[in-house]
Amino acid sequence: MTPRRMLRARSMRIPLGLALSAAAALAQAAAFKVVLLHPADDSRLERSRVERAYLGHPTGPAADGVAAALKEAKLELEAAGASLTLELQPVASTTDAKAAAQKAEKAGALAVLTDLNAEATLAVADAIKLPVLNLSAADDRLRQQDCRARLYHVAPSERMRADALAQTLVARKWPQVLLLTGPTPADAQRAAVVQAALKRYGLKVTATKPFKLSGDPRERDLANPLLLTQGGHDVVWVVDADGEFARSLPYRTATPRPVVGDAGLVAVAWHAQFDRYGAPQVSRRFFKEAKRPISAPDWSAWLAGKALAAAVVAAPKGPAAAVHRALAEGEVDGSQGVPMSFRAWDGQLRQPLLLTDGQGVIGSAPIDGILHPKNNLDTVGADAPEKLCKVTR
Amino acid sequence: MNQRNGRRTTLIASSARVARAALATLLVACAAQAQVAYVSSEKDHALAVIDLKELAVVGSVPTCKRPRHLVQTPDRKQLMVACGESGQLDVIDLATRKSVRRVDVGEDPEAFDLSPDGKTLFISREEDAELAMVDLASGKRIKSVEVGKEPEGVKVSADGKTVYVTSEVASLVHVIDVASGKVVKNVPVGKRPRRFALTPDGSQLWVTNELGASVTVLSTKDHSVIDTIKFEVKGARSSDITPVGITMTADGKHAFVALGRANHVAFIDVASRKVEKLVLAGKRAWGVTLNKAQDRLLVVNGLSDDLTIIDVPAAKALKTLPVGRVPYAAVIVE
Repeated sequence: MTPRRMLRARSMRIPLGLALSAAAALAQAAAFKVVLLHPADDSRLERSRVERAYLGHPTGPAADGVAAALKEAKLELEAAGASLTLELQPVASTTDAKAAAQKAEKAGALAVLTDLNAEATLAVADAIKLPVLNLSAADDRLRQQDCRARLYHVAPSERMRADALAQTLVARKWPQVLLLTGPTPADAQRAAVVQAALKRYGLKVTATKPFKLSGDPRERDLANPLLLTQGGHDVVWVVDADGEFARSLPYRTATPRPVVGDAGLVAVAWHAQFDRYGAPQVSRRFFKEAKRPISAPDWSAWLAGKALAAAVVAAPKGPAAAVHRALAEGEVDGSQGVPMSFRAWDGQLRQPLLLTDGQGVIGSAPIDGILHPKNNLDTVGADAPEKLCKVTR
Repeated sequence: MNQRNGRRTTLIASSARVARAALATLLVACAAQAQVAYVSSEKDHALAVIDLKELAVVGSVPTCKRPRHLVQTPDRKQLMVACGESGQLDVIDLATRKSVRRVDVGEDPEAFDLSPDGKTLFISREEDAELAMVDLASGKRIKSVEVGKEPEGVKVSADGKTVYVTSEVASLVHVIDVASGKVVKNVPVGKRPRRFALTPDGSQLWVTNELGASVTVLSTKDHSVIDTIKFEVKGARSSDITPVGITMTADGKHAFVALGRANHVAFIDVASRKVEKLVLAGKRAWGVTLNKAQDRLLVVNGLSDDLTIIDVPAAKALKTLPVGRVPYAAVIVE
């Protein structure tokens, strides 16, 4: 079949599908379904990693958050005369993810959610014409050179997390930063994002040093926190995608200087100790459903479910295109005291970031006093005039 | 010992008696026109007592844990406070300013209202997302009605037949029939609806939408949306206007809405539904209450831990008093 003919075949299927769903609506509520693609064998969820619960890392399946959101939206959906269900689809590879996404589209899914890496997320977005909600890939390239028209990012980007901390350092007047970077390619990428944020906020990097987890005395210059943190600076910013080194850094520095980045003070989408704007209720409901404390990735998954439910409530009779429009244009309540929505220029969810030391919530970004001509939330992450995403949405 | 001393003692005693009598008269006189406000403080587990003549904090009444919504009983002799953490309703005797009874109402109660005869309590419970109906004489729960998540505002109609509840998460107003204990209608309003005011004639129900920067006006006849009042504050963005507390004058002419993070209170002309004035209060202004003469408006400021007392005719703040950590609601007893 030629692509054109395929297109025609699909366009013929649409009116039929519409007629069917209209008939179904007469008999019962309009039923919508979303599909969550997640790694079949998820190394992030290995017991030893989950037990460590590094800030910002997942501590359980993303499905828990989405399911909690759909459950609590049930009454509102019913009142609007609609329903929204979640289907889980484990995928073993990028090819798998693509095939599963296409299958979901064919089966009439309203949207696809992905808890996958950047490469697989992109493959899914390119394979289908449905909205794709990225729950976990923080890579900035997905919001910049590799952005896609129907790709939405619920997870905050690396840049948002870096901006949030950089704003905090400005507010504290801690301008001199020692930057420690881990050995993985992900660390190198994230360190570049941090450097850009430091530059944007006029902070100064006093030195950049690589670190390595090692007990080898010949590598002590790379592994010993005391040797790594010599010199004059206000703060140590550690970039560690893995988390193990960063966790052991605070209080082991050569000088009494705070640690920020991936340990010490960390910028995350959510923390279970946040206690304003109805946040404890969200954390408590999640605990009741999932039998574990909520983590930042859980909140992102929960918010994705919430945004989809809000879009369905806005257009409960469909068609799907109307729900998609409501998703793109609507506002969603994330229990952080401000309405959240997806940025028109790159599909990123505008959201505050919470600053936590793991024990409590110390503050949030945007920091008080850092202003934006339209919405202060847009001081965190890539803004429209930068035109980093060239796709028309 | 000696006479002089003895006499002096008598003198002192008698003058003290006179003083006490005078004080008692004074107290009685004051009580007739005294204006005392009670403000619940979520993190102090207490009510701050405020003398509205002196504009000063004059005492504190301990309560159950995390006191939030506060209501004076119809006989005006007691205050009732819902405590989120202890799952109780604390009953405070106004004469002695002491707790006289604690009623278990279930986990995480937030806001409540009483039936017109004062016998039944209607209370929203966040934990199980329900409206509980409690018989106050026996302290027993009569009925529970399942509602949307994070229920908050509760209002009973003047005839006591209908109770309205907001769900912050579902953005709905649930209309509940008291007799059957059933939700008869779910009315979609703005985002994150919080509190209610009924017009004195009972024809309109006003609902604040915290994330909608608005008030939805509902007809109580058919529960249709009559109007939506959008708020604008110079220098504040729509996302910073987060209305929560609302109250109305007894003549139904004016409404007052606390605009949350916009830090102002809006004075609204009820007939035209136009904002007449904006008065600056404290940070995250949320709870509002009026005195009987309708010339003083108290505004509870959730983020600056204080209470702003506003002169209504002059439309300006008289004084702001520190009242304890995370104040929630205020009630004026006069």
